[in-house]
Amino acid sequence: MNKSEYKNVFVFAEQRNGEIQGVAFELLGKARDLAKDLQEEVYAILLGGKDVETKAQSLIAYGADKVIVATCEHLQEYTTEAYAQAITQIVTDYKPSIILLGATVIGRDLGPRLSARLTTGLTADCTRLEISEEKELLMTRPAFGGNLMATIVCSDHRPQMSTVRPGVMKSMEKDETRQGVIEKIKINFDESKFKVKIIETVKEQTSMVDITEAKVLLCGGRGIGTDQGFENLKDLAQLMNAEVAASRAIVDAGLIGHERQVGQTGKTVRPDLYIGFGISGAIQHMAGMEESEFIVAINKDRYAPIMQIADLGIVGDVKQIIPALSQRLKSIKK
Amino acid sequence: MKIVVCIKQVPDTTEVKLDPVTGTLIREGVPSIMNPDDKGGLELALELKDKYNAEVTVITMGPMQAEAVLREAFAMGADKAILLTDRKFAGADTLATSNALAGAIRTLEYDLVITGRQAIDGDTAQVGPQIAEHLDLPQVSYLQNLKYDGKKTFTIKKATEDGYQVVEVDSPCLVTVLATANEARYMTVRGIVEAFDKPVEVMGADKIDVDESKLGLKGSPTKVKKAFTKGVKSAGQVYEVDTEEAVGIIISKLKEKFII
Repeated sequence: MNKSEYKNVFVFAEQRNGEIQGVAFELLGKARDLAKDLQEEVYAILLGGKDVETKAQSLIAYGADKVIVATCEHLQEYTTEAYAQAITQIVTDYKPSIILLGATVIGRDLGPRLSARLTTGLTADCTRLEISEEKELLMTRPAFGGNLMATIVCSDHRPQMSTVRPGVMKSMEKDETRQGVIEKIKINFDESKFKVKIIETVKEQTSMVDITEAKVLLCGGRGIGTDQGFENLKDLAQLMNAEVAASRAIVDAGLIGHERQVGQTGKTVRPDLYIGFGISGAIQHMAGMEESEFIVAINKDRYAPIMQIADLGIVGDVKQIIPALSQRLKSIKK
Repeated sequence: MKIVVCIKQVPDTTEVKLDPVTGTLIREGVPSIMNPDDKGGLELALELKDKYNAEVTVITMGPMQAEAVLREAFAMGADKAILLTDRKFAGADTLATSNALAGAIRTLEYDLVITGRQAIDGDTAQVGPQIAEHLDLPQVSYLQNLKYDGKKTFTIKKATEDGYQVVEVDSPCLVTVLATANEARYMTVRGIVEAFDKPVEVMGADKIDVDESKLGLKGSPTKVKKAFTKGVKSAGQVYEVDTEEAVGIIISKLKEKFII
């Protein structure tokens, strides 16, 4: 492989129902930094039905220099094989040095399939991306092993691929005046490989709440105890105009839906204020909230790991503090 | 129907704690378990065995100790077990791991290959789709539910970000399963007793038809350049006070932040 043939930073601009997902804009923001260090350009790949063509301009406004657009019936709704074929063709033709994908359900289905097809490396859930002096992509992710972080490189294969979870990178300010090129291409499909048929796609109302959008997040953990403990937390959240979230233990116990789970297997959040109630701070949880603007931790254990990253730590019993807080807030409101 | 289920032995990460003084991980005494998503995958296979008399083969890659999860799978009802173990597999990233597993699966007959969505010690969710690519199988990831028509076709409900999708696919195919897809059965007493008499087939690199350059550290496109502990951010203030005072501190912080 002649690595010098591979240039430019590509972003897979995921769309669902014709709407480009926020993570695509976040990745473009990061791609701009990387491209600047490499003195290369940022490309966005936009695949979808006819209706997505009008969205290409927004990718330029968020940082793309060039948008490669392929639209056809096979790409309208995501399927692994059609998308893998499309991106494989684009990689063959354009030879990108880097491809970034969102670590969404689609990105995590597509990324590994592509990495195996292209025989290259893929690093999942990166929290930091930068360019080394040797012009390599340094991909940093939390590794199992506690507060260990691992920086991973893909030295001998191209493209260098990584996925990043929504909410981890910051998009740049939208700039409608930015200039860029939109290039439409045609994909030559091998339709004999299309084996998975979509019967129906259902959007469920229950997951309308997006805890990644919350300004104030009250997060309950194991220390909160019973159902009643969690109900008390919900009451408190209502008084504070906050959203409720939870650690994996609480979600596994069935007290709340997975869409409200914070952490490596849940969502990554960065609210203005995060309050952890009875959360000890498993590494997987902290990976999902440590970028919060201000962190308050309330825990019985003075030495709980979360105390190390909290801006304000309270050693105490959440079962008493939650109702007491609610009461005080009610009296203030009066 | 013949089913191959890939399972992994992982440390029970919910049991992992940090040393409060050094900030390092306490590994001693952390038990090993069958990865939860894989267990969901095995349960799915066993349900198909119950209904359609499918033959279930479990396979794991790891050190000799990983045999324990294969015995557990036997006790739950698996028919055959393969332990893929060799120094040549060591240091594998996801792609090299998938090369080895796909190589082993190629030596078997299968109508359905099942993996867990992801392992709790890595959370990458990559090995399943990579195996599917090597075996040229269609994949359906994030499986919540599967129905089989008894002949050839699977109707699968899979999770998406904001709901679910129902898809149809014919065998052979590969699915990646969520732990929440079902409730995994317990080992039976008879199963546990019999599990120790059943033979585990041990496979080394010489038993699979995969070029050695694609295995282990050599076959891994990604390499760890460095590992480091997260710099502890300047710890804030910690108060050990009674409930009343704690509430006062929090309220004043909320006011300062214009939350109330």
